Amino acid sequence: MIPRALPRRRALILALVGAAALLLALAPVASADWFSPESGGSPNANDIDTLYKIVMYIGIVIFFLVEGLLLYSVIKFRRRRYGAEPAMVHGNTPLEVGWTIGAALIVAIIAAITFIYLPRIKNPPNSSANGLQQFAGEEFASVEQPKPPNGKALRINVVGQQYIWRYDYIGAQRLTENRPVYAYYQMVVPTNTTVVLQINSSDVAHSWWIPKLGGKQDAIPGHNNYTWFKISKPGVYKGQCAELCGNNHADMLAEVRAIPPDQFKAWLVSQRQAILQSQQALAAQRKAGEGQ
Amino acid sequence: MRGLPDRKTGWLSWLSTTDHKKIGLMYIYATFLFFMLGGVEALLMRLQLAQSQNTLINPQTYEALVTMHGTTMIFLFVVPVLAGFGNYFVPLMIGARDMAFPRLNALSFWLLVFGGIVFYMSVFFTPPNTGWTFYAPLSDSAFSPSNGVDAWIFLIHLTGLSSVLGAINFVATIHNMRARGMGWARMPLFIWGILIYSYLLILALPSVAAAVTMLLTDRHFGTGFFDVAQGGDPLLWQHLFWFFGHPEVYIMILPVFGMISEIIPVFSRKPVFGYKAIAASTAAIAFLGMLVWAHHMFTTPTPIVVLAFFMLSSFAIAVPTGIKIFNWIATMWRGALVFKVPMYFAVGFIAQFLIGGISGVMSAVFPVDWQLQDTYYIVAHIHYVLFGGSVFGIFAGLYYWFPKMSGRMMNETLGKVSFWLMFVGFNMTFFVQHALGLEGMPRRIYTYQSGYGWDTENLISTIGSFILAAGILVTLFNAVRSVKTGKKAGNDPWNANTLEWFTPSPPPENNFDVIPRIRSAEPMKDIRREVAAAGRPAGSVAQPVAPGT
Repeated sequence: MIPRALPRRRALILALVGAAALLLALAPVASADWFSPESGGSPNANDIDTLYKIVMYIGIVIFFLVEGLLLYSVIKFRRRRYGAEPAMVHGNTPLEVGWTIGAALIVAIIAAITFIYLPRIKNPPNSSANGLQQFAGEEFASVEQPKPPNGKALRINVVGQQYIWRYDYIGAQRLTENRPVYAYYQMVVPTNTTVVLQINSSDVAHSWWIPKLGGKQDAIPGHNNYTWFKISKPGVYKGQCAELCGNNHADMLAEVRAIPPDQFKAWLVSQRQAILQSQQALAAQRKAGEGQ
Repeated sequence: MRGLPDRKTGWLSWLSTTDHKKIGLMYIYATFLFFMLGGVEALLMRLQLAQSQNTLINPQTYEALVTMHGTTMIFLFVVPVLAGFGNYFVPLMIGARDMAFPRLNALSFWLLVFGGIVFYMSVFFTPPNTGWTFYAPLSDSAFSPSNGVDAWIFLIHLTGLSSVLGAINFVATIHNMRARGMGWARMPLFIWGILIYSYLLILALPSVAAAVTMLLTDRHFGTGFFDVAQGGDPLLWQHLFWFFGHPEVYIMILPVFGMISEIIPVFSRKPVFGYKAIAASTAAIAFLGMLVWAHHMFTTPTPIVVLAFFMLSSFAIAVPTGIKIFNWIATMWRGALVFKVPMYFAVGFIAQFLIGGISGVMSAVFPVDWQLQDTYYIVAHIHYVLFGGSVFGIFAGLYYWFPKMSGRMMNETLGKVSFWLMFVGFNMTFFVQHALGLEGMPRRIYTYQSGYGWDTENLISTIGSFILAAGILVTLFNAVRSVKTGKKAGNDPWNANTLEWFTPSPPPENNFDVIPRIRSAEPMKDIRREVAAAGRPAGSVAQPVAPGT
């Protein structure tokens, strides 16, 4: 019993130093954005970010509690030369029941919070008044994803193929005399407009993901998958394919460029023109080829 | 019997042996060889990712490394090394003289070896490059015409058969061959881990065996199980694969939980806290583990109600897992902790596995997983579970049982150096990968763009991986050196609780000349008490079982 005072004080100091080091190491975790998902492009990405942070805070509390107990045990309960034999405790039923219920309660709370946030993440809202709603008024919904409350969203089909993304503006065809408009790699969309994506693949499995615009959704051959975004800030949002789709998976990049609705209408027309011109050029080439 | 003159030696005795201890050792040698191969593959990948737009390794080779690393670590290291420890220690810990089916046992081992050889032969033509998950249609002949995929299919069949036969052997042995007096509530917790690992293997492996057979016929015989054009469905592959693949995760951790549950009490000089709670939670994890497979498929086109079910079932697993962690800490609580190397690794295991558990719950929140799925966050998560968890636990087991297997102690100082290198290297490699994933870096990409700000974290991760590798090498060096020069261990160097410490180190071919009667979950404690009380040698205290058994 005699040499106990010093080790105890030393243990306390060690515990404090350890806790301080852990706090220092994890302080940025709690505050900085690099430790939560990307956000800021679309409301669903922001809601996922918030939900992640709530769960992470719960996780950090558990982390400190358990690692703290572990560290405390490691320091405090080291065998000492003159220490007494430990008591032969075999268990404690109330304690077992207690931490079982405690753990169950924590995950129940996380589940409840998830279901509160789920509709905001999953269900597309209406386009804003300064969006493209007067034109992109197609009623579109699926079993997986309800339509916006007023039913109107700009629908784009996203097709993954090795190693490029194709976008079919099937929801904007009334702006181009029902002629098809499509684009590759860069998706141009109007701001303040709810854009609904229907995602599939023409070869292997891919995954559509622009981190700032919300979660990813897999592009699986033979299936349609859905997601949406609504961008308020004009700009370019980058992403890339998230499901291994072959050797050049890393090169399957994508970006979304958001521009004001008026510019978007002009872009549609010019894109339609460009497609027409390239088709004509191709036809002329073929004709020239036949003549030879 | 011990001391008989015709005891076989030499390399032929290893090839033809049916002794569970020799088979167990061969499992451990072979799997550690594969562990080194898988490790080198990982280091090559880390080198390629050390900086953005690196051209060290071409895309084809990189994706082959991704595939070989995952396949090797899972099918050729973690699962079979646990079978190796199980083989060596199940008979010893339950007081049996061998496994129930010794020749089947040898067959299991050789099937594993040939599975590994078949798979690695693909290096000489075209190794597979679809990731260890082999998602159809990428793995179908249209997109992967090379025979590397077929080599993998044969690996799955051979190692799968090896594991199922081994599992049946464990089940038969544990159910029927326990020493007199060893009821279910006196079985060592490692035995509980191996028993439930075996049941999970028997339940889960048929699903992947079916899936790879379907893939084989799709590739070569014109069927269309996974081909949309023929009315098949790529999602069928994912369901069949993960119906096996998630229980596989528990297959790789439950015996390790068992090891930790053996080691923590021995080095805390206290009985394990909540024996029944730990055993029951193992069974609960296994049962729930069969019901969570689609949490690997949260981003597939699947109805929300299904996603919600798999989220809740995944949450449910956190409860029995939490129970285990609390019980281990409660075992240490007010103990007299002895910090030998096995305890270092066991405590490191708890600290790191906890992080993997927390990030597991976070990625089970399916709307959050839409951001995390298929990113480096998930890479970090699985490595916190499988490396920070399983591998650290396996190293704890190696240091703990090496004296029994070799008769000699491993060097403590080298062990501690190895632990600290591995602990620092591991966390440096994988902790930053959480951040990379959250910043949008997908997994399995052979390079990344320079403007994304991922360079620093990747460099940290690469440096960490080499520190980790150095730590592993120190332990391998320690093991090789200690076989010859280690301090003699004696029967029971740790003052441990279970029956394997009753017999000499290394144990004789028949394991025990006498098998003591079991009176509690800690038979060695009873024996030590009796020896102390009677002042007689241990062998005469034990009550021999009837001759001829």
